[in-house]
Parts: sequence; structure tokens; C-alpha cells
Amino acid sequence: MKLKSAKELEELRSRIIKERDPQKPYIAVCSGTGCHAWGCVEVTAAFTEELQREGLDGQVTVKTTGCHGFCERGPLVVIYPQGIFYQRVKPQDVPEIVSKTILQNELIDRLLYTDPSTGQKIAYEHEVPFYKRQKRLVFGSNGLIDPQSIEDYLAIGGYTALAKALFELTSEQVLEEVKRSGLRGRGGGGFPTGRKWETCRNAPGEVRYVICNCDEGDPGAYMDRSLMEGNPHLVLEGMVIGAYAIGAHEGYIYIRNEYPLAVRNAQRAIEQAEEYGLLGEDILGSGFSFRVRINRGGGAFVCGESTALMTSLEGKPGEPRAKYIHTAEKGLWNQPTNLNNVETWANVPWIILKGADWYRELGTEGSKGTKIFSLVGKVNNTGLVEVPMGMTLREIIFDIGGGIRGGRKFKAVQTGGPSGGVIPEEFLDLPVDFDELTKVGSMMGSGGMIVMDEDTCMVDIARYFLSFLEQESCGKCVPCREGIKRMREILTNICEGKGKEGDIELLERLARVVADASLCALGRTAPNPVLTTIRYFRDEYEAHIKEKRCPAKVCKALINYYVIEEKCPGCGLCVRNCPVQAITFMGKKKPVVIDHNKCIKCGTCFDVCKLGAIEVR
Amino acid sequence: MVTLTINGQEVKAKEGATILEAAKEADIYIPTLCYHESVSPYGACRLCSVEIFKGGRSRVVASCLYPVEEGLEVRTDTERIKEIRKMIIELLLARCPNVKVIRDLAEQMGVERPEFSPEEEDCILCGLCVRACEEIVGIGAISLVGRGVERKVGTPFFEEPGACIGCGACAYICPTGAIQMEDVGDTRIIRRWGGEARFKLKKCKVCGYYFAPEIQLEYIRKKASLSEDYFDVCPNCRE
Repeated sequence: MKLKSAKELEELRSRIIKERDPQKPYIAVCSGTGCHAWGCVEVTAAFTEELQREGLDGQVTVKTTGCHGFCERGPLVVIYPQGIFYQRVKPQDVPEIVSKTILQNELIDRLLYTDPSTGQKIAYEHEVPFYKRQKRLVFGSNGLIDPQSIEDYLAIGGYTALAKALFELTSEQVLEEVKRSGLRGRGGGGFPTGRKWETCRNAPGEVRYVICNCDEGDPGAYMDRSLMEGNPHLVLEGMVIGAYAIGAHEGYIYIRNEYPLAVRNAQRAIEQAEEYGLLGEDILGSGFSFRVRINRGGGAFVCGESTALMTSLEGKPGEPRAKYIHTAEKGLWNQPTNLNNVETWANVPWIILKGADWYRELGTEGSKGTKIFSLVGKVNNTGLVEVPMGMTLREIIFDIGGGIRGGRKFKAVQTGGPSGGVIPEEFLDLPVDFDELTKVGSMMGSGGMIVMDEDTCMVDIARYFLSFLEQESCGKCVPCREGIKRMREILTNICEGKGKEGDIELLERLARVVADASLCALGRTAPNPVLTTIRYFRDEYEAHIKEKRCPAKVCKALINYYVIEEKCPGCGLCVRNCPVQAITFMGKKKPVVIDHNKCIKCGTCFDVCKLGAIEVR
Repeated sequence: MVTLTINGQEVKAKEGATILEAAKEADIYIPTLCYHESVSPYGACRLCSVEIFKGGRSRVVASCLYPVEEGLEVRTDTERIKEIRKMIIELLLARCPNVKVIRDLAEQMGVERPEFSPEEEDCILCGLCVRACEEIVGIGAISLVGRGVERKVGTPFFEEPGACIGCGACAYICPTGAIQMEDVGDTRIIRRWGGEARFKLKKCKVCGYYFAPEIQLEYIRKKASLSEDYFDVCPNCRE
């Protein structure tokens, strides 16, 4: 059924809402990628089966939704209309949930979330501290809708912004609204979105393209993925509005092929939107036409860079080219092209719907709105969090993230993905926005946040990120290809105890040149992990180089495992677990002996010893 | 025309020209490795980096790609640029310690021994051969294959260069001598991809000189719709 006017859209929406009883219970099972790994498919199947068995399948709906964000506690189940929040749900819990919670409105204590700071059980999703402190503007609808159902999206007000843009605003007004909102690109660059749109709109050219960049590839970051998987219509709606403002009639969504669920849901969303006349020819009878196609990326990290992405879209190897003439003027096939990241597009419907003034209320002076972060690493509550720009690192990591795992001490947080910087404890009260992060040598990037504790070696971390970038550099320009390789070599040497006097200075010299002279942002930002770890943790570098000591006890070449004789009762647990038979049993009540020539420093003895009788030096 | 300054010297250049072209025109030396006026600029070696000053801010750009702007202030001799050039040459010298053009540039810039462990490469991945084959010859028998440190120039699947016509443009344009070409009697040998590629040379009916690969002449003949016997005679003997 093709909708031919805004009125028809509203009529359809009313029908969908009317058919839905707001009091009818439904069970939302998070089916994001994290919960998939936790086994949400089995949980969903168990619900469907159990409801059938109880003859409730007509009265209670099971909804598979997109990612809710609290991946640490998956599989997540939320029971509506009450909003009861169950975590770590297993298929065997399902009959009890149906018989107690659904039928008798009784809570099941063991499935509730316990606030570790107070020990209190929490019944409702909105009361969980992880969610309470967030401002889930873009990500919030994920838990309410089945991403494969356009009816669900329409029921929560979807495509209202599009109708408003097309029928109540001129394309200039839409552009003006986005410009005034202060929205900046969420893909990492932070370029003002409205200005980019305007350049593209005014650039001479026969055709104009809009592109959605869903080629996210930072280790540990998955916000674009979860948004595309969980709410593809929101992204699509943003794209159509943008295309209208720019005057584009063709668009592409570039999704990496390793995101199969995102590809599937985006494809489905495009088909549904076309079916309803919300995409394609003569959208809602407005006369405006816009088509979108999906292009699957081959998995190269560098293809997230806009020019490389466009080269890849053209069917060539994904390599960046100089941006001295902006892609907004000469992009895809040399035509004016506006590329924005998934999250940027997802902000657009909100700006149009609620207005720039409303949007400007959120965030800081220079960075408006919210930002989704992928909070991972040594933090208690890993997951996706959306907060207003300007929230401090401390609030994100401690209040929302629940602090450091195992009561360890916070050491640093890496923001902005592999080419972001490491931020030490002294900056925990830094308000997080585009400009503040840059000031301390890091960056917003696409919103990765990797938390590190005292057991993390900063030289080793720099080495890890540089080896990632070494593998992902396209290899076109010399500073990036050769420079990153050499920085990684020096870092590897330092970690292996082969560091020498002058290495730090050489790293700094290399870093300056790679940052200055590389062709694209991958190379230009690649030195960040090196420079920030040197800047904030120089003493660790020096300990490695001068004393051949790894203070965090991570670098294998610089550590050894020793038996604390007075603590070891000779139980033999480590002897049995040592994979290389490097530990000898010396008889009962006698301490065991480690042969350092045989030891491969795997740490198994340390991990299995219940008495803390193994130490690392 | 656009007026800009390079190292304080006022320079005029055509609209759309690059800084490098403007500098060449004004006899201002900027070192290059991946640049050649016959193929499109590529911006890979970054040796031609210059510093530009605009609105109180400075930026490093590749002069082979950056288009001239009215009033642009360019410097090719700042400390920042010197450091970049030296480091690029140091990196390339470590990669290709035995390549003459790199050694010469290193000497010119005062780079003695690179601080990095030497490799045994002779190709700097400037991509000139690939661009020449594609843009000048119109064949595209070779391309840049692989990513990052794995990157190399190669034929499809590193097999015998099936599309190659043996013209030798790649060997001619290669700045490091990584592509070797030799005519021995009636055979042209190009040494690089997958060992040796051999091409039978055409003998001139008049002088008897083996002047070009038969397959290359056939390619040109078809492309230019020339008569079948057009290349029976070499260009020197032709009227």
C-alpha cells in the first residue's frame, strides 16, 4: 500500500495504534548482537513455545527488539506494560516468567538486577542505574520496536519528521534547522553537519548523492551496528530528510559485510519503506523521489574513511584520496556527495521533529545533542550508553559503567578507537565532547571507550593499537605504511625488553611526521596512542627501556613467575595445570618449584592458585 | 590566472593547477618520487609535502595534489617540511637500501644511516607503473595488490601478465629500476612479476632491426585502425 499524503500516513498510524491495546502485555527480548551471543534466540523460542503451551499466544506478544545497550547482563528481557527488567535470562527461566510474572504479576527475584553499590534489587528498567543516568534520544527506541516491523516504527511516531519536512518545510528550512541545531558528524570528524549539507547542496553537479557510513570497524565499538540493526527506519528517515534538504535522489548505505544482521534489517527497512511510499518515487505524494541501495563493505577498516568508502563504492580498491576538494563538491563518481555516519543520520528526525532550539538544549557549547559510546574493557557494566555531550568521563565510567571490574584501580581510558588517545586518571572530570577530548590529545572518534585498569601496560596497549593500524593501513602513502610499521617495531622491541636509549625520541619524531604528512585521517591520527601514552605514562616507557621492567607485569619478556615459598603448601594444583610441565611437585607440604627455562609465562599457575602463592616479578 | 607566493616569491599559475606545477613553472625545486607529468597525481610518497598558510593557520599538504588558490602562501623550506622529507627518505632508505634514487636523495638531505632495520626491497610502491599502464597505455595489466605492509604491484593473481603487451612503459617510468627490461635478439624480456615475461619482437622489413613487441604493434594497429602491413616497417625506415 503506497501512502500518497501526510494524511494517509497519519490515518495508517492511527489504525496501527488503535489495533494495539496499550495494556496488552508484551515481552521484549533484546536481540542485538551481544544478546545473540548470550543466547537470546533460544530464549525467544522458549517464550513462544511456553505461551503457546499455556494458550496465551493470542494475549501476550513476544517481540524481538534491537540492542538495549546493557550487553553485560544479557540476554535481556523487558516485560511491558510494566517495564519489568530481567537479566541473564536462560530458556529454563521462561516457564516461571510466564506463570509468575505474566500471569500473576509476581517478580522473580533472582532475575532482577542487583545494584552492586547498594545490594538492592531493581525491578524496572528505568530504575537501573545503567539506564537512569543516560539520555537515550537516538538509541532509546531500540528496545520498543521490532526492527523488522515498520508498523512498530510507525506506532512510536516514525516518519512524522519526514512528513513534516516534506509538507511543512521547504528544503532550505530543513537545511537551516539542521545547521542551527549544531549537529556535528558522529563518525569521528565532528564536522558541522548542516554546513556539509549546504556545501553539497550548492555544489555544481548533475546528480547528488547521500551516503550513510555504516563501516564501523574500531575494535570494541559497535554503536553504529546496533543502531542499524535495532532501528534501521530511524536512520533511513534521517537520510530521506537529508536528501530532501540537499536535493539528492540517490543514496547508498555502506555496511560492512561482517554485520549480517544490520545488512538484513536495513534491506528489510528499505523494502518496507518503499512499499509504503516512504521511499522511492514521489514520497508520500510530495513529488520528491529518493532511492537507497545497500552496498556491503569487504571489511577494510580504512573504508570507513569517506574517500576510501566512495572509491570502494565505485568498485575500486578502497583507498583514500586527497580531500583538498571536499567530497561534498566532488565525491562519488566526482559528483557532489554528502556522507554522514549512521548516528548522525539518526539524529536528524529528532531535530526536524522537535526543532533546533530543543536540540540545542542538549550538550555543550560546541557539541550539541547526545553521543552513544561503546563502553568496554575493564568496566563493570559493558555496553552501549547514550549520554548528553559534556558528561564527564567519571560519570560515564563510574556512575553508568559501575566502576572498574573486580575492584581494581582505574588507570586510563582510550577514547576514539584505535587511533584515539589514552586519557589518564587526572582527566576523569573532563566533560566529554569533541573539543575537550582533542585538547587532551585524544578524540571523540566514533565513540569507542575502552577502560583500562592497573593491570594494563601502556606500552603494550600502544603496541596493540599500532599493530591494528599497521594491518589496516591501506599502504598507499609512505608515512602511514612505513611509519606505523616502524613505530610498531620499536614498541614491540620495548615490550620485549629490547628497547634502547633514544627510542622514545625516535617514536616522537616518527609520530610527528606520520601525523603531519599522511594522506588520510587513518595515518594522521595513528600516532595518538603512542603520543598520549608517552605523554601520560612516560615512566612506564622508561621502566621498560632502562630497567627492563614492566610495571603492570604484562610484557612477557620482562616478567617471571615465582613461588612464594611460605604460602605454598604444595597442593599440586599448579603442577597439574601447567601446560608445559614447568612446575615440579616436591612432596606434600613442600613448596613447588618453577623451572624458568621451561616456563612460557602463560599465567595459568597464577590464575589457578587459590592461596596467592604465585607472584609475578 | 591565480597569484600565490612560494617561499616569499610571487608566482602566477593557471586556475586548477597544483602547487607543484606552479613551483615547477617558477623554477622552485620540490622533490618528488611518485609524480610524473604524464600521469595523474597520486599523493603517495608525500615527499612533495609543503606547508601552506591560510588565515593564521598552517597545514601540511601534498603539493602534487593541492590546487593553487589566490593569495595562498606556500613554504617549501620550513623546519616542519624538512623533518618530513628527511623522515620519508629515511623510511624509504630502510625499505630500499640499494636503490640509487633513494640513496641520492638521502645524501642530498643529509640522511646517513636509517635508524630502522634495513629491508631488501627495490619497489617503493609509488604506483607510477600502474598508472602508466592504465592511463597512458590503456591496458591495466598490473595493479597495486594487497593492503598496508602486504601491498605490492602485481598482475592478477600474480600469474603470467596476461594482458601485458610488453611495451615497457612501466620499466621506463619506474624511478627505482625495480622493473627490468631487456631486448635480446628477437625477444623482449621484462623481469618483475612472476619471474620473466617474454615477448617476440617484430623485425623491420627494411633495416632488419627488431623494433617492438609484435603484440604491442598489433594492439596499436587495432586501436588506431591501421592497415595490416602498417608495422612491417619500423618508424625509422618509414617515409
